[in-house]
Amino acid sequence: MLELLWLVPALPLAGFLRLLFKAGRLSRKSIAITGVGSVGLSAVIALIIGVSFITSPPPGYVYTQTLWTWIKIGNLVSEVSFYLDTLSLVMILVITVVAFLIHLYSAEFMIDEESYSRFFAYMNLFAGSMLILVLANDLLLFYLGWEGVGLCSYLLIGFWYKDPLNGRAARKAFVMTRFGDTALAIGIFLIFNNLGTLKIQEFMERAIHNWSPDSAIAVAAAALILGGAIGKSAQLPLQTWLPDAMAGPTPVSALIHAATMVTAGVYLIARTNVLFTLAPTVQLSVAVIGALTMLIAGFSALTQWNIKRVLAYSTISQIGYMFLALGVGAWSAAIFHFMTHAFFKALLFLSAGAVILALEDEHNISKMGGLRRQLPLTFWTFLIGSASLSALPFVTAGFYSKDLILWEAWSSGNRWFWTAGLIGALLTSIYIFRVVFIAFFGEETVRVTRKPKCLMKIPLIILSVFSIIAGFIQLPDTIVKFPIFSDFLHRALPATKVKYDGVNVQLTLQFLTSLVSLSGIFLAYLFFLPHRQFTRSFVQTNLGSALHSYLFSGWGFDWFYERFFVRPFIWIARIDKDDFIDIFYLGIAWLNLVFHRLLRSTQIGLVRWYAMGIGIGAVITLVIVVFL
Amino acid sequence: MILLWIIIIPLLGGLLAWLSGRWSQLWPRWVSLISLAVQMALFLIILTEHFGEIQISGRPWLVQFDQPWISKLGIHVNLAMDGLSLLLVLMTNFLGIMAVACSWTAIKDRVGFFHFNLMWTLAGITGVFLAIDLFLFYFFWEMMLVPLYFLIGIWGYENRVYSAVKFFIFTQASGLLMLVGILGLYFIHGRNTGIYTFDYMQLLGTTLSETTARLFMFCFFIAFAVKLPVIPFHTWLPDAHTEAPTAGSVDLAGLVLKVGAYGMLRFLIPLFPKVASDFSPIAMTLAVVGILYGAILAFGQTDLKRLVAYTSISHMGFVFLGIFTWNTLALQGAVMVILAHGISIGALFILVGVIHERIHTRDMNRMGGLWATAPRMGGVGLLFALASLGLPGLGNFIGEVLVLIGAYQVSIPLAVFAGIGLITSTIYSLWMIQQTFHGPNREGWKVSDLTGREIAMMTAMIAVVVWLGLYPQPVLNTARESLNNLQQIVKKELVAEYSEGFISVKTGAP
Repeated sequence: MLELLWLVPALPLAGFLRLLFKAGRLSRKSIAITGVGSVGLSAVIALIIGVSFITSPPPGYVYTQTLWTWIKIGNLVSEVSFYLDTLSLVMILVITVVAFLIHLYSAEFMIDEESYSRFFAYMNLFAGSMLILVLANDLLLFYLGWEGVGLCSYLLIGFWYKDPLNGRAARKAFVMTRFGDTALAIGIFLIFNNLGTLKIQEFMERAIHNWSPDSAIAVAAAALILGGAIGKSAQLPLQTWLPDAMAGPTPVSALIHAATMVTAGVYLIARTNVLFTLAPTVQLSVAVIGALTMLIAGFSALTQWNIKRVLAYSTISQIGYMFLALGVGAWSAAIFHFMTHAFFKALLFLSAGAVILALEDEHNISKMGGLRRQLPLTFWTFLIGSASLSALPFVTAGFYSKDLILWEAWSSGNRWFWTAGLIGALLTSIYIFRVVFIAFFGEETVRVTRKPKCLMKIPLIILSVFSIIAGFIQLPDTIVKFPIFSDFLHRALPATKVKYDGVNVQLTLQFLTSLVSLSGIFLAYLFFLPHRQFTRSFVQTNLGSALHSYLFSGWGFDWFYERFFVRPFIWIARIDKDDFIDIFYLGIAWLNLVFHRLLRSTQIGLVRWYAMGIGIGAVITLVIVVFL
Repeated sequence: MILLWIIIIPLLGGLLAWLSGRWSQLWPRWVSLISLAVQMALFLIILTEHFGEIQISGRPWLVQFDQPWISKLGIHVNLAMDGLSLLLVLMTNFLGIMAVACSWTAIKDRVGFFHFNLMWTLAGITGVFLAIDLFLFYFFWEMMLVPLYFLIGIWGYENRVYSAVKFFIFTQASGLLMLVGILGLYFIHGRNTGIYTFDYMQLLGTTLSETTARLFMFCFFIAFAVKLPVIPFHTWLPDAHTEAPTAGSVDLAGLVLKVGAYGMLRFLIPLFPKVASDFSPIAMTLAVVGILYGAILAFGQTDLKRLVAYTSISHMGFVFLGIFTWNTLALQGAVMVILAHGISIGALFILVGVIHERIHTRDMNRMGGLWATAPRMGGVGLLFALASLGLPGLGNFIGEVLVLIGAYQVSIPLAVFAGIGLITSTIYSLWMIQQTFHGPNREGWKVSDLTGREIAMMTAMIAVVVWLGLYPQPVLNTARESLNNLQQIVKKELVAEYSEGFISVKTGAP
């Protein structure tokens, strides 16, 4: 059944093409069937492939499928070819399933939208590009998917193009990620130039043989690839596009945050893990970037009022966890957290979407309140998502993945990363339960006008189930030794190097993690339900309001970039609009004109002028003849 | 003989179009279209007859036509075609058809004379791509200039006379320098060997003192650099492109600029390999400056057509970079950029023309929100904007990435700076889309969407760009042997210095 692999990315792309060519000639129903169906079918095929992969694994747990040769010049060979191992299998399963649920939800969510067809076309292209990205066997093909994902994020963030602010957010996303993309492109050139191949597996093998650990070339290659990953995954210092990306429709945010786009960077690093093992300094900086991003974004999330911005900062922060895991070599833990995060973050966004739709496009949580009675289902799904996000012990998927990361961070030997992770966990449960308590508890302040119907409910329920049970495929040794997921992934990813081990330590740490998660929820309860007045008055003090606005603005990164990059660039472009090089040529033209006027003024038809001219000329000639 | 017909047909077609213009506005259009179709048929004949030979190495030409013209001076009508020139004349023909099609309703005044000029420009360009007698090459070089001058000066926009004169002076002055170079080469070769000839194949490898070689190379270089254009010889371009009628802009950006690139590939470097090699670090730096500076200039514009014009400077920087990098990858990349940029910039100019026909302004501050009223137009505009920012899957990406990989093997810093061009092109391309199709509809435009004719044109152009992007191998194979021949010529001269690219490779290749 593995031969069907090409259909997985091809089906969403086919859906995109159909919507493109039939634009304006399809009914809403057939648009929805094409848009949702194509991704749905792709998910079904991915599941079939998954089952067949597990029941009768291909030799070496690897299956490759080559469609055609894209470019072949001498030793530069780039093929449109797909590579399926356990890592890409997990990725395509999560991507297709989550993307399908989001598409299904959108069919109802976007029903009143004028450009229904355009929306689904872009969404299908998005899913298709992401699938190409994860399946690519070749760096250039990978880059195609990578750029395709960036393009779709631009198109979808700016989906409501009439508002220039949306356009601005969309361009910001594309341009900022392009900085990373360019680093990645240069990294690809470097790899090809030094290792002579574009095939991902092949270049990694050659890197092991040809590059010594921590050599300059390995560090450069890993750093450039990290640059690409930082841009796409919205990590420090290229994280500022993601909060603004909320300008797009809510299902788009769900797709960007859960299944596509931001997780591409995590996948890239996991895929090229060999390079990072060869360059320990870069790997260490992956962890540092992850830890810092996690904390910075976590603090910012505490202060946001827009429900989607809270979730956006939360994503940045959670991807920070994944980077932290990658940085300490906990490869499969990072992918595990990617998977659980895909479920609960999609769930959170879709629930938030249901709230926003119910309140006629209200994003501000301070205007919400007591929604749990009016929107019971949405309340429960949001609560499950929040619980999973804040790693509520034992019953949620988020607990198992986050706990694994924290444990492996500890056992890798660096306590600082573990501490940062723990603080991050505390922040996480505070900021997300702040939203839960403010929006869903307290007084009822608004009336709900629209409740989710069947198509929106089904994805919410399914994702809630996943957000709980997805953790049970990888249980820690302390409960019962059941590491199915990481065993499966270890066919593709190296196992984690462990420095400290021991069930007792792990049990203690687990207890701490659980305690932190619960106390975060309790703190959120204290600050935002019974003692909300206290929190408000703190924010009104001088220190409080300064701190609040600093965190609210995302630590001033935008301010800095605006001042030091955007404005100077615009300024240069403005003053040089007429191209100062042209002044030189205009100068030549002007000189010609001056001489023309000068000479013309001697030809005015007055005989005495001519006579004088002849006289002076004669004198000059005589002088020259006599004296020289 | 077939090569001669390829040039004669558009010349005849042009004359016929002019004559028929006396009786009807429609006839010149059909006459031009039919003669271009006949020309296309001739290409197809060549292609079918010589298809198998394209990939055979070691053959200089697929087809050649050689007749004495002015025997006393050794001037021949010497036309030849290899894979490279085949690709270029095919593109000329294709863009020629697009130019005729896009003028179908836009040109209402002196239609016959317009088409005469258009066809003669195309004939001149085709001649340049086929001539291997240097005198004949110069003849065609000048021949395309005059009709193009008329195209801009008569059918252009408000500031057309200024732009036409500027264009003419720049190209004419630089062309004269090339003539000096050609004549110098002719006399020195004659004096050395006793054979006075303009034949390219014989002039290759003429022994020159280093100073003379440098002097002659600069004569050629200035001529080609003005056309390409290379910073700082580019300032005629925005004026000429902006003021020209749509068909003129398509020819200018799609073809005339490529003539400069072709000249460097075929003549400049093979004729003066040593000095060109010494010059290459400067040339490559100029190319990178052009890529970035052109992009910044493009971003600063408020006139949509001027913006598109400036993007050409940026993209042609990649071609220039690729040519002077002179390794297989970069050369293939340069050829690919030439083709893909020809099509995509042509499409953008046509689109600008389409918009101007409907709202009678090119000022982007007055546009906006056109997507809602003309979604097809918006979609097409978006696609070509994406082509211009180098989106993988479209032809421009293949070209630019090959140039960059090639350049990386020669100079890492230059490749990195050129790579920043990927960011700057994103900035202006997205800004262009924002100002025209996205954003609020500031002036409440209600424009009709693309007509059937326009859709047909755009579909053809999209098909080519996507094909180049997804399956470029046939094009790469076609160009391969001719580029290899050129490299061999240079290699022979440079045995000592040569090492896959002009500047020796710094990092060890595997």
